[in-house]
Amino acid sequence: MSENISLPKPYKITDIIKETEIEYTFRVEADLEVEHGQFFQISLPKVGEAPISISGIGDNWLEFTIRKVGKVTNEVFELEVGENLFMRGPYGSSFPINEYKDKDLVVIAGGTGVSPVRSTLKYFYENSDSIKSLYLIAGFKDEDSILFEEDLEKFKSEFNTIYTLDKEKIDGFEVGFVTDHIAKVPFDSFENYNVIIVGPPVMMDAAAKEVLKNGVVEEKIWVSFERKMSCAIGKCGHCKIDETYVCLEGPVFNYTKAKDLLD
Amino acid sequence: MSYAVSIEKMDKVLKELKKKYRVYAPIRFEKRGRYSDTDLIRYAEIDSVKDVVYNEKSDFSPKEVIHPITQTLFHFTEYEYRESQIDDKEILIFAHPCDINGIKRLDTIFLENGNNEDVYYKRLRDKVKFVLMECQEDWDTCFCISMGSNQTDDYSLAIKFGEDQLSVEVKDNEFEGFFASEEEIDFTYKFVTANQEEVNLPKIDDKEMLKKVYDLKMWEDYNARCKDCGACTSACVTCSCFTTSDVIYSENGRVGERRRVWASCQHEDFTEMAGGHSFRNTPADRMRFRTLHKVYDYKERFGEEHMCVGCGRCTDRCNQLISFSKTINKLTEEVNRLQKEVN
Repeated sequence: MSENISLPKPYKITDIIKETEIEYTFRVEADLEVEHGQFFQISLPKVGEAPISISGIGDNWLEFTIRKVGKVTNEVFELEVGENLFMRGPYGSSFPINEYKDKDLVVIAGGTGVSPVRSTLKYFYENSDSIKSLYLIAGFKDEDSILFEEDLEKFKSEFNTIYTLDKEKIDGFEVGFVTDHIAKVPFDSFENYNVIIVGPPVMMDAAAKEVLKNGVVEEKIWVSFERKMSCAIGKCGHCKIDETYVCLEGPVFNYTKAKDLLD
Repeated sequence: MSYAVSIEKMDKVLKELKKKYRVYAPIRFEKRGRYSDTDLIRYAEIDSVKDVVYNEKSDFSPKEVIHPITQTLFHFTEYEYRESQIDDKEILIFAHPCDINGIKRLDTIFLENGNNEDVYYKRLRDKVKFVLMECQEDWDTCFCISMGSNQTDDYSLAIKFGEDQLSVEVKDNEFEGFFASEEEIDFTYKFVTANQEEVNLPKIDDKEMLKKVYDLKMWEDYNARCKDCGACTSACVTCSCFTTSDVIYSENGRVGERRRVWASCQHEDFTEMAGGHSFRNTPADRMRFRTLHKVYDYKERFGEEHMCVGCGRCTDRCNQLISFSKTINKLTEEVNRLQKEVN
């Protein structure tokens, strides 16, 4: 009998970091080959499963930043350090890190969209010689919804950062949507570069249009999709858009493909 | 070899077969139909070939034998998941060619897509052999010929039912012994060669055309017609979508099972994620999604054939009288019109 790849396995929780009132980062012990931008299917007995992107990758640990919004994630918030988080994965495509090396990189992330791209940012923060420059535009709704505050602070030393809140004005943050700040990126001065856009669908659409307006070509844009998934292995049908299965070919797509993925 | 076999003899064979096989066929459930005083015909285990409904189309397909409506995947405690088990009985399914071809489509999803095999599907599918039933008439909603699914060579036995006698072609040597003493006859299974219903398939050549198809006004008709009930997808032999549901036992709330249950792309919550965001939010969007999956994008992905096998059950089951063959034909007319505009 072939291996049952939908069998969830226990991962021990070693740390829980409260990012906001409704978003916690769970660190689990895991010695697995994973790539930046991939996801796991969190799988809780009694409650069910939900796809969650990997927000941090360490030598023998992984982090998942989870928002308390549904029955599965509500239950995850009941777990404590030392208990097991059942999961299966990793699944899906990843950001092509090697393609980004020795070039300029622009990362535009909105809200929880910072999670799937956080491990990529951390990688280039720790290996800043491997990238020419990194421009990070991170936007949040308001002060209470800011994620990864410590990381954002650290990133300032290696990256060109623009942090923004939709309407509020506080220290260290601009006001407005991420799209309002895209024109500040000196695309003209780049020889070769890539742009990562991650966030809610409306924000990704608007940001993609804005960078295209700034002369960026489609091939250089990378996005990450979020969809309902029951299986994450190409069977259940929930994430299908035309002939594309987001769980298999995504969640990370080049924009040349993503622009045709219409629901 | 082919044989003339009496009903009594076939029932004796069936009795022997049932020692090794679960034998499924479309049978009649009296007064269990959708409307008062109507019957339901669906797949179930049989004890006599007399029970097999061979001259009416079954309301539901044989897919539920291999892809059950509800299926236990795991038994769990708070500390472990244990894969569910099944017994060693083999499976024999009486089916028409369209359904056997339909199950090939399910094979593609469950055994090929994503380059991985679904163990729950595979463990049942590996047991299956087919008994091909001759279509004695072309039912009014069938369009298997347009879909190229009127023929198959994947069968162990082929049967033509008669009043008190069966013509049986034995293709699989395993079954030869059961019929050796019967009268040999010259019988070859006849596939249907004409349908009353004919379907023209749309030619969507590129993503530009696909975008135009998305915007077609025709889909909006379904906002008023389609009631999101999903009867079409549950009747469809090729619809494979599912979701999972955890059930806890009342005696011990920490112990329970994870089940797979059929899901429908026609239901509003099919794409809904935690937090409430969803896609394809109108019946029109969902009808477009289902139609294009059946006659466009499955083939785009897998190359060989369309997903739809033209069994017509979605049309038969729709309580809003939406004809799927008419939907496809309308789509094709629209695509042809758009094509002319381009040229």
